[in-house]
Amino acid sequence: MRNPSSVTSREPAARRSFALQRRQIQTILFQLRAFVALIILVVIFSILSPDFLTLNDLTIVAEHVSINALLAIGQSFVILTAGIDLSVGSIVGLTAMVAGYLISQGLPLPMFGVVVYFNVWVVILISLLVGIILGLVNGLVITRLSVAPFIATLGMLYAARGLALLTSNGATFPDLGGDPSLGNTGFPFLGTGNILGVPMPIWLMILFGLVASFVASRTPFGRQVYAIGGNERAAQLSGIRVNRVKLLVYVISGFCAAMTGLVIASQLQAAQPATGESYELNAIAAVVLGGTSLFGGRGTILGSIIGAFVIGVLSDGLVLIGVSEFWQMVIKGAVIVLAVIIDQLQQRWQKRAALA
Amino acid sequence: MKAPDQEKAPDIVLRAEGITKIYGGTVALDNVDFNVYRGKVNVLIGENGAGKSTLMKIIAGAETATRGHLLLEGQPVQFKSPREAARAGIGIIYQELNLFPNLSVAENIFLDHEALHRYGMLVDRRRQQTEARRLLQRLEQPIDPQALVGHLRLGQQQIVEIAKALARDVRILIMDEPTSALTTAEVEILFRVIRELKAQGVSIIYISHKLEELLRIGDYVTVLRDSHRIAEAPVSTIDVNWIVEQMIGRSVSETYVHQERTPGQELLRVEHLSLPRPGGGLLLDDVSFQVRAGEIVALYGLLGAGRTELLECLMGLHPEASGSLWIAGQRLRGRHVGERIAEGLVLVPEDRQREGLVPTLSVAQNMVLASLRRYLSGPALSRQKELAAVRRLMGDLGIKAPSPQTLIEALSGGNQQKVVVARGLLTEPRLLLLDEPTRGIDIGAKADLFRLMNRLASEGLGILFVSSELREVMSVADRILVLARGRLTGEFRREEASEEALVAAASAGQGPATGDEEAAHGPVPSGAADPVDRQAQATAPAASALEERRHQPRPRA
Repeated sequence: MRNPSSVTSREPAARRSFALQRRQIQTILFQLRAFVALIILVVIFSILSPDFLTLNDLTIVAEHVSINALLAIGQSFVILTAGIDLSVGSIVGLTAMVAGYLISQGLPLPMFGVVVYFNVWVVILISLLVGIILGLVNGLVITRLSVAPFIATLGMLYAARGLALLTSNGATFPDLGGDPSLGNTGFPFLGTGNILGVPMPIWLMILFGLVASFVASRTPFGRQVYAIGGNERAAQLSGIRVNRVKLLVYVISGFCAAMTGLVIASQLQAAQPATGESYELNAIAAVVLGGTSLFGGRGTILGSIIGAFVIGVLSDGLVLIGVSEFWQMVIKGAVIVLAVIIDQLQQRWQKRAALA
Repeated sequence: MKAPDQEKAPDIVLRAEGITKIYGGTVALDNVDFNVYRGKVNVLIGENGAGKSTLMKIIAGAETATRGHLLLEGQPVQFKSPREAARAGIGIIYQELNLFPNLSVAENIFLDHEALHRYGMLVDRRRQQTEARRLLQRLEQPIDPQALVGHLRLGQQQIVEIAKALARDVRILIMDEPTSALTTAEVEILFRVIRELKAQGVSIIYISHKLEELLRIGDYVTVLRDSHRIAEAPVSTIDVNWIVEQMIGRSVSETYVHQERTPGQELLRVEHLSLPRPGGGLLLDDVSFQVRAGEIVALYGLLGAGRTELLECLMGLHPEASGSLWIAGQRLRGRHVGERIAEGLVLVPEDRQREGLVPTLSVAQNMVLASLRRYLSGPALSRQKELAAVRRLMGDLGIKAPSPQTLIEALSGGNQQKVVVARGLLTEPRLLLLDEPTRGIDIGAKADLFRLMNRLASEGLGILFVSSELREVMSVADRILVLARGRLTGEFRREEASEEALVAAASAGQGPATGDEEAAHGPVPSGAADPVDRQAQATAPAASALEERRHQPRPRA
């Protein structure tokens, strides 16, 4: 019954409190399920492969994870509004190519007959701007032209990949170390450098994670994101500018994708047009594994990061114990579906607990 | 499958014995007996959360009882699914409509028992449509069987839901608040259908919060309170006061409260507000009125009269509207809801589930949603500030929730409604717009709400509320505006309002309420020269002003 104050129970108090405790523990375990799964995976892999738990190996795993985590953070905001961003993989590719182009080719200005080589910081800023603009286009098409997010970002998936290929006619920009005489060195630091022994990508993941968690859970904007995902009409009638918030989540996603593109190009010290292909699916999988509902309104940033870790640990761990790449895909697919099944179960339980 | 004619009453067709239902550690029903008399309207009443819906779900097979059993025609039965119950002739119309907005009326009506062609492979659409049209005609509703349910107004959807139940041969029909979205005229039609069904031997279980209605249509009354059955009695032996006392132990005169106040300055002024209807015609036709500070104004009218649209125009949801709006002498300029809220208006929408609540958020998060900026400390929301505001309103409005962090869905309808009202109040509005605020809430919560409205008005707030319930309108409002087909057809002060005058004004210039189809023909000249129309003349401006306005650049409403 809905009104607990009107409840008369015949069960002995002790039994009831035990039942309550058990339910609470179950609920907590469910909410932390991605984390629990992560720990189980780590334990299994460290038993099966003695190399797994070495600091060196964990750092490598974390570096792999950080790329997916950055994308998943941006994707989380989009999915919380009940949207989806399929274009992030292509935006990764395009920004990597833009950065590669600017560093290795410079920006030719034919009317002055010169080629401008920018400082690495400016290159990074321009690349991030490209991600923001593509996110903005996604957002505008979705909010102003009422195109479904799936379709709008699917279009962008193709268009941005095409642009990435156009920057070099499909070729790779190698050697992004820069030229000291042009004053554009230092780009590799973003992906390969480290501060206090911790690689830069991990720092970026921590920084983005903290900021995004704060924005999502503590600011009015974050609350509005959750409200729109929960009930868009109610959010609108509460005075929330639904279109503006939606526009912003796609910009955030584009920005995170651009950051990811830069990190990858920097790690490889080369920019390939195929960079980031199918990364959008990894990001979505991480978000879903982390307990965010594809229907919007439920989920956390931390969950998505943990989800990214589960995927990362799973694939690296499977490689380490010698499982073939083909089986890896099968296992990854099964894990994702399993996660959603557990999510459904949790919702059913919570509802029952809430109505009880 | 129809029950055989049984003249000798009382004959019990279905009996629930000692039903107990436990969810987790909570007892929803405690050893409840319930009799369904054959060919009668068996009324089940109780406050929200008393256990009515749970009992109905058990009878309809959607839930199973923890203890106790059901006897159908004296034989013990157990329904494991709604399907099994339906096969036994038990139909249910849920309070939350179970319709598919993406399917047509006919498809909804025949869902799961489609009319098939002779060889049973294909759906016979033509037969379904003919049949659906016949059912809707029986309900006196000219709803197109091919129309998408999602395009119908709530009241029409309710009619479809009833038709859906009728399409199966039922011997026991459960109706959970069937009239909550219906207008007076539609309620009459429904009652006629119910009497017809009774005559055919169908037994009705009827749940409603509208007590007068229960006394009119009911034969037997069973009262639930706090998961227990409190009383059962034939309707002929009881009255409203008896019911209320059984339900809450409080008398009815305390429900509809009205305090005498002297309204203050003009707060809201609406001038020549018109709203075009997509596809031609007008949803609102040159509406002008004012609301004063400290005044409760009711907006009465039939479904589809444009009442909701009027409130939406005030909130800036229809940029295509023309006319001018003023609050406290200032032109309303807000281009979207947020800016209107900043200007001092706030709307509590009609459909709580679809437009009011965010089901994924907690009570507290729902409550502060429209006033987030008030709880900032630096860039972040301050939990202390939020909780302080939430606690204050929970106390003020008597919101019963285990904690502010409880999910909103766990609350009863009345408490959910209070949360939505609280959300509005936290924006510190000057004018509160309430769209059918008492829909689907129990009498205790209603009384609380009316008391609150009075208190707010005494504090100088202007209140404009939409209602379809005459009694509510006449006893709570200081002034009543009547809207019919987008036109203001009457304005009454509290003292001069009578049921007849209100109903006459509400149906001015039209036949029975039918909502969209009929109204779609646009403004109809109100031909009659009855007193109501003179009222309308008084409040509506001359036609020349209307003409003039059309030549001016259209101001934003």
